[in-house]
Amino acid sequence: MKNLNQLTLKRAKQGLKNKEFSSVELTKACLGQIKKHNQDLNVFITIAEKQALESAKKADELIAGRQYLPLLGIPVALKDLFSTKGVRTTAASNVLKNYIPPYDATVVKKIKDAGAVIIGKTNLDAWAHGSSGENSDFGTTKNPWNKKYVPGGSSSGSAVSVASDMCISATGTDTGGSIRLPASFNNVVGLKPTYGRVSRYGIVAMASSLDSIGHFTKTVEDSALFFNVTAGKDSMDATTLPVPGEDFARDLDKDISELIIGIPREFVTKDLDKEVRGGFEKSVKILENLGAKITEISLPHTEYGIAAYYIIQPSEVSSNLARYDGIRYGNNRGAFGDEARRRIMLGTFTLSSGYYDAYYKKAMQVRTLIKKDFDDAFLKVDALISPVCPTLPWKLGEKINDPLKMYLSDALTVTANIAGVPGLAVPAGFSVNHLPIGIQIMGKQLSETLLFQIGNAFEKQTNYYKLKPNL
Amino acid sequence: MKIDINHVAKLANLPLNPQEKEKFEKQLSETLTYVGKLSSVDTKNAKETSQVTGLENVTRNDETKASLTQEEALKNTGSSHNGFFKVKAILE
Repeated sequence: MKNLNQLTLKRAKQGLKNKEFSSVELTKACLGQIKKHNQDLNVFITIAEKQALESAKKADELIAGRQYLPLLGIPVALKDLFSTKGVRTTAASNVLKNYIPPYDATVVKKIKDAGAVIIGKTNLDAWAHGSSGENSDFGTTKNPWNKKYVPGGSSSGSAVSVASDMCISATGTDTGGSIRLPASFNNVVGLKPTYGRVSRYGIVAMASSLDSIGHFTKTVEDSALFFNVTAGKDSMDATTLPVPGEDFARDLDKDISELIIGIPREFVTKDLDKEVRGGFEKSVKILENLGAKITEISLPHTEYGIAAYYIIQPSEVSSNLARYDGIRYGNNRGAFGDEARRRIMLGTFTLSSGYYDAYYKKAMQVRTLIKKDFDDAFLKVDALISPVCPTLPWKLGEKINDPLKMYLSDALTVTANIAGVPGLAVPAGFSVNHLPIGIQIMGKQLSETLLFQIGNAFEKQTNYYKLKPNL
Repeated sequence: MKIDINHVAKLANLPLNPQEKEKFEKQLSETLTYVGKLSSVDTKNAKETSQVTGLENVTRNDETKASLTQEEALKNTGSSHNGFFKVKAILE
């Protein structure tokens, strides 16, 4: 079989089970792709070749013994924010460039226990601060659809590793859009789960009340299969939700014709790029043709999303990054890059004496109003759809000297984090210049199963995931 | 809104050179002016939301279990002495 690295998770599982190929062959195909294109695209900070081949060999032994595990023998890449025992974890920052964690993050442990082959650690905006991937201290990841363009961030390397078939699936984190945005810029599926549905333990913390742990896959079904492994309560993260486990892929093909899907009026403004709008309107038509009832709805506080986010998030960042003092591990505070320093100082200011009420307290009140917008909307509709980003991927360097302009790229994604609701980014076509466009499907808390059903029905009509970048 | 960069950098324990101070002061002031738009939102009747899922009083059983060994805990430090982290004196 050729091009094993291009397989979906579902198809790779099947092939391994039926012994069409081995995990070692599958892993070697991914490693081969990494060797061919990593220098160009700068996707991986660490390639764990030796460990990956060892795990693949072990997986093949288990398969030979007819053992079953949900990710057995599947090559998975991890955003370099996930602690991996014995494998360097940098957060793409010079502060942690030599840090080797003595333990695995809960999600890493779950993925390993599910039999996955960890193939490497992917590049990101340092500390997950950014929307373009350009804030990495390890160089910028390139967009595989056009190397002059940004891949989106902060989970830049993970999105590109899946888009360019260097692995089967990859993990990410989404604090204000860091999974959905790069997913939409790379023509892959990205899930930002409900806040608290996946453990944050062992993942370098950015803004703890907003951080959601998710993943990138080639298809919606793959996303559900991967979520089956990562979701669940964890005694090491007190914010994880005590809800019973479920098989998220079970009712994937359920008919969506009974559903009411809302388009938030404030998300589809005149500022939207023309081609993004075109792709979005086409997507709405497809869902309409599938029988869903489409209705316009209002989330009135949307325009305050970025402002509230750029108080809450830096405040939490300043607190979380205070631990990096160079004493127990890592380099000293002089090693922080520009974006981390901006956010630490912004948060230090908004929490400081005399300004707390005007900034932080005010933002926490606005958070209540934004959450209420979603609560009210979900009394009327089952789900919401919108574009992921107001623009197409932009050129490398275009926004790097204008932090505020960069922040505004997250205008359509941050409110889901502020309200803690899940969002699924799904490929929705291409611009005239072959740059990917994405839509996001949002639902109330814990509605991931529904999002997968809508995404799957949409994907079956469009099949954009079958299109691959010309590397 | 203008930010006192020297004060904030001191609070955050971040070393900055004069050029950086100038750059960050301008950029942070722009961002603060932008987030200032929240002052026009009516929040009279809005309580603060610090967490969104409504969990309360999450506890676990008070049981001991194995944690990092002393050696593992010290593995990533650049400065240790006799099995402890070594830090600069803070008292004369």
